[in-house]
Amino acid sequence: MSVSRFLPDFAPISPFSRLSESGILDSGASPMSDEAVIEALRYMMLTRVFDDKATSMQRQGRFGTFSSVRGQEASVVGAATALDPTKDWIVPQYREFPALIRHGYPIENFALYFMGNPKGGTIPPEVNMLPMQISLAAQIPQATGLAWGLKMQGGDGVVITFFGDGASSEGDFHESLNLAGIMKAPVIFFLQNNGWAISTPRENQTAARSFAERALGYGVEGVIVDGNDLLAVHEVTTQAVAKARAGGGPTLIESVTYRTGAHNTADDPTRYVDQQELEKWQQKDPVERIKNYLRSRGIWNETLEQEMLDSCAAQIDTAMEIARNTPLATSNAIFDHVYAEPPQRMLDQKSDWAHRNGGA
Amino acid sequence: MIEAIRECLGQEMEADKRVVVIGEDVGVLGGVFRATDGLQARFGKERVVDMPLAEGVIVGSGIGLAMSGLRPVIELQFLGFGHQAFHQIGQQVARLRYRSQGRHSLPLVIRSPFGGGVRTPELHSDAFEAFYTHTPGLKVVAPATAYDAKGLLAAAMESDDPVLYLEPLKGYRLTKDEVPDERYTVPLGKLRVARAGTDVTLIAWSAAVNVAERAAEELFEQGISVEVLDLRSLNPLDIEGITESVVKTGRVAILHEAPLTGGFGSELIATIQQECFYNLEAPIIRITAPDTPYPLGGVEDLYIPDVDRVVAEVAALVKASA
Repeated sequence: MSVSRFLPDFAPISPFSRLSESGILDSGASPMSDEAVIEALRYMMLTRVFDDKATSMQRQGRFGTFSSVRGQEASVVGAATALDPTKDWIVPQYREFPALIRHGYPIENFALYFMGNPKGGTIPPEVNMLPMQISLAAQIPQATGLAWGLKMQGGDGVVITFFGDGASSEGDFHESLNLAGIMKAPVIFFLQNNGWAISTPRENQTAARSFAERALGYGVEGVIVDGNDLLAVHEVTTQAVAKARAGGGPTLIESVTYRTGAHNTADDPTRYVDQQELEKWQQKDPVERIKNYLRSRGIWNETLEQEMLDSCAAQIDTAMEIARNTPLATSNAIFDHVYAEPPQRMLDQKSDWAHRNGGA
Repeated sequence: MIEAIRECLGQEMEADKRVVVIGEDVGVLGGVFRATDGLQARFGKERVVDMPLAEGVIVGSGIGLAMSGLRPVIELQFLGFGHQAFHQIGQQVARLRYRSQGRHSLPLVIRSPFGGGVRTPELHSDAFEAFYTHTPGLKVVAPATAYDAKGLLAAAMESDDPVLYLEPLKGYRLTKDEVPDERYTVPLGKLRVARAGTDVTLIAWSAAVNVAERAAEELFEQGISVEVLDLRSLNPLDIEGITESVVKTGRVAILHEAPLTGGFGSELIATIQQECFYNLEAPIIRITAPDTPYPLGGVEDLYIPDVDRVVAEVAALVKASA
């Protein structure tokens, strides 16, 4: 009898894609209608406009440290557009602006959060999302439990959780895939492999050739997709959502993309990013690629693009205006919502603070 | 006491279909201490779930279950293993309501045995309550009697705040008192005067209450009247109840199983001197474990404060300030 061995495979694999780098669709049918692609493109452009605006405000000291989505727009939007906001949940990290906005989280709340105003954390009651997560990977067990709980109560809602290649080194990632496999939880683990965890390259996170195949160790399906290809991301996520909804359990999707911006506004990527590699990825820009696709379909031109840009800019300006005009919270905000039934001691502190700060 | 916990879980599960119990070995085995014995047979594998051995995801997925509309009761097999889940408890459980500005409430209970005295293997017996009382957003209760075990667990399960419910390892079988059959709650944040007295206030919680009561009995024979306070709940803390007793006695001894430095006793002393400094007739003393890791079981009796030590230290306190 021979020894059963499970050896790692290092042969190169190609992420699933539908569009060529110049935006030409393969011979199959598009997984998205033209209208859906244009709507998705708008979320991608809205994200660019927001990122630029927020970055410039941050430089002027009017916005806090935040992380732009640059380079990953197709990855986030392709995944988000596979969801039904009325019943599906997003359990985010913090680099998923367009997914949250599409799900119904107000742009001004997103801005307020990064301006340091606690009101930004407010999630409207009809919006199915958890707060953004700063402690990397801690959201993944929560997404798993949420999905499992929805299933236990007979619902057909699906949960998607976002995280990166770096976060997948945390124990929470592994413990969650393991549990989700056992419980057949309707959850999609959407791993954005953007090449970097701040300055640590993907090679320092795993010796495996892909993140997707880690799923196998947990009895879970893994998928690897070109994260700069909106159509491909949308297609594989739609499949994973349908499978989860039908009771088929979790999927790990590795979306291979690249963070062409900085980790956040406090980061200086010129210290560690190879300029040639960056330029190579900039050539694969996901926004240009989907615009080229629309051009190849004969339904995109300069005028339409300018109209879309103007409308995105107006929408962002309105939201930023609301955020800027929202008064900074009083000291009460430090104490509100800590408990359902607060201990007296904290309530005493709340009135002390209010008194010291000139009343609540 | 273990029967009281089990009965409470059964009654709450019966009354509310949203209650689910998850943890290691809680199903067929009924928990390593049998707190969940028979629950899986009564309520099914969907509601009483044997989890993979990973405390982080046990607590983390419990958060998700609560988000989905359920009311999970999570068993951490031993609080000594709580560190594997500490990031989920300290950062996530305790803050989700706050971080979502009240959108998400977190009605979950984490039950966990803690404390020593039963010769467990290493790392099972530490009294780590102070880590959790330093975590705003998380309530911490620690019953000493079977009556309170049932009533405080019911109150914890009813609460929309997350509660860490600490069970005395040593008290599981040792503690026997009358427990009504019907459902009832004991409010979180109200201490119990375990024994009334006039000379000195001896403050304890969980398994140490029994030690305090036995010491008080011996001290009574020496002519010292000890008031024993069973805190029941560390957060919320019954500051009023403590103050009332200290104003009466003028002397305070605090007894806990955890190491001295940074233990919950420090918090009590700071609070008491602020509330009633001028009623004190002597410095407050602490009778605690030393500032060392919990030792192997063979020497744990030298580590945990016992009745003799409490009697000697409280007697010395009273005599020095008589």
